[in-house]
Amino acid sequence: MLPRPRRGQRYHLSQVKSVSAIIVARGLVKRYGNFTAVDGISFEVEEGEALGLLGPNGAGKTTTIRLICGLSPLTAGELLVDGLDVRRHARQVKGRLGIVPQHDNLDPELTVRQNLLAYSRYYDLPRPLAEARIREALALFQLLDYERQRIETLSVGLRRRLIIARALVNAPRILVLDEPTIGLDPQARRLTWEKLRQLQAQGTTLLLTTHYLEEAAHLCDRLLIIHQGRVLAEGRPAELVERYAGRRVIEVYSSNPDEEERIRRLLADRPGVEMERDSEALYIYLRRDDGLDLAPFHRLGQRVVLREANLEDVFLRLTGRGLR
Amino acid sequence: MATALAWPGISRRALRVWQRNRDVYLNTWRAELVWPLLEPALTLVALGLGLGEFVELGRPERYIDFVAPGLLAIFPMWAASSEAGWGAYFRMESQRTFDAILATPLDVDDITTGEVLWAATRSIISVAYILVVAAAFGAVASPLAVLALPFGLLPGLLFGAASLCYTAVARSVSSLNYFFALFITPQFWLSGAFFPLDQMPAWVRAVAWWSPAAHATDIYRGLLRGGLEASHLYDLLWLLVATALFHLLATNLLRRRLVR
Repeated sequence: MLPRPRRGQRYHLSQVKSVSAIIVARGLVKRYGNFTAVDGISFEVEEGEALGLLGPNGAGKTTTIRLICGLSPLTAGELLVDGLDVRRHARQVKGRLGIVPQHDNLDPELTVRQNLLAYSRYYDLPRPLAEARIREALALFQLLDYERQRIETLSVGLRRRLIIARALVNAPRILVLDEPTIGLDPQARRLTWEKLRQLQAQGTTLLLTTHYLEEAAHLCDRLLIIHQGRVLAEGRPAELVERYAGRRVIEVYSSNPDEEERIRRLLADRPGVEMERDSEALYIYLRRDDGLDLAPFHRLGQRVVLREANLEDVFLRLTGRGLR
Repeated sequence: MATALAWPGISRRALRVWQRNRDVYLNTWRAELVWPLLEPALTLVALGLGLGEFVELGRPERYIDFVAPGLLAIFPMWAASSEAGWGAYFRMESQRTFDAILATPLDVDDITTGEVLWAATRSIISVAYILVVAAAFGAVASPLAVLALPFGLLPGLLFGAASLCYTAVARSVSSLNYFFALFITPQFWLSGAFFPLDQMPAWVRAVAWWSPAAHATDIYRGLLRGGLEASHLYDLLWLLVATALFHLLATNLLRRRLVR
């Protein structure tokens, strides 16, 4: 892989063609008037990998996805998808992607089958191939029984599955999913995860946005945490937890300043301890949890929660606890 | 952002959009079969036979024979404009169908051309219904009338593209009403569909020159009577130029709206 370009040094796109990455994004910028939605995002996605873009609402995740899919023209930056420059070959790029949008845009005037058939024609698939792919996609998402139903009659969960099935009609090498399980109940969410992992196991590259941290942890090999149009952190989920939240977290629900002061003094000389508070609680992040005397905490009773550090801690620490 | 008008890319991919709209139409056309026949029939009875009793055309012609080609200009205009007006707006804003299409190898130009082609198809379908009704009333004098079917494509393209221009800038469904009130409805009266323009004051004729429906009416009248003249070639040219201009404008306005 090429080293990251230094200041003022840029690679010509032809130089990165040999890279094994299936998506190469360098310095992506998207501005709408004075508003900068994406402010210099760079990353690569390896073939067969599942990369998640994680961030609060309005962080620039969806805009980044739109840029990659050639749906929105870049203000600046370089972008290669499957070896193609998205700025010049948006049509070919779109032909190789399966795009799952955040909002339901199934065709309510058509049946389930007609929806997929119309889609297969957009990709110019010959009819017999289209028929085979449609059966396969409907079978994978357990939708064959609904083939002749109109979209209005489907539940939210079924529609979401159908939107993903629709994105498979062109047998894409890369599946781009914007909040794939938004609005789904836990059963439907798990089924969707299972199917997506199945697709990944067959070699499909997954690029997804989510703000469900459980989804990010379950589905993604690697995460980019995005905030205000920039990448704040990048790594495997476990790495990120280790790096930004440590091992264990103690949450102390207390509004008594004396009590808090006591706790702070208690932990003052321990290495690898960080503390943060919001209006509700004091959060103590422990890089190491060996040999800590928990007795003073237990004395606080139910107002103390001791737990493993998780992605939510990473997310909240990096993007800020308060409402923005 | 000021950008020059870019020429629309016309590709056979537009047929994919057309096919999508055709599928929707075929899902419901039987349920909607009666009205497109009944509407021109009622109009012909009311105007041609009812009102016609009191109309002096100033020449030996039944009023119903005069009105029938007028209806060929009016109803298909309405069919094409509603499809590319309310229909396309609904597909774009409520159903997000255009977004779904743009996520595939199709682009805005394909959507524009596909929508305009579909609007023109609705125009031809409407022409077919009216021809059947007009023939039933004996208001079709010449076998040339069959040519009204292929000719119906042209005003259909024109009104489809013109309506799509407005759809592309409309901020709400109700704002589409302005387009229909200011552009489509006046053509009911300016087209010469219901009264002969040549007996109108010069200023009316001058305004009517700008009405696409007036040029379409001229040609339909020639076809149904079986009397085509050199002036019809001029009407044809007028419609072709206007269609090209509206299509150019529609493509650019829709690009501005959908590519952000």
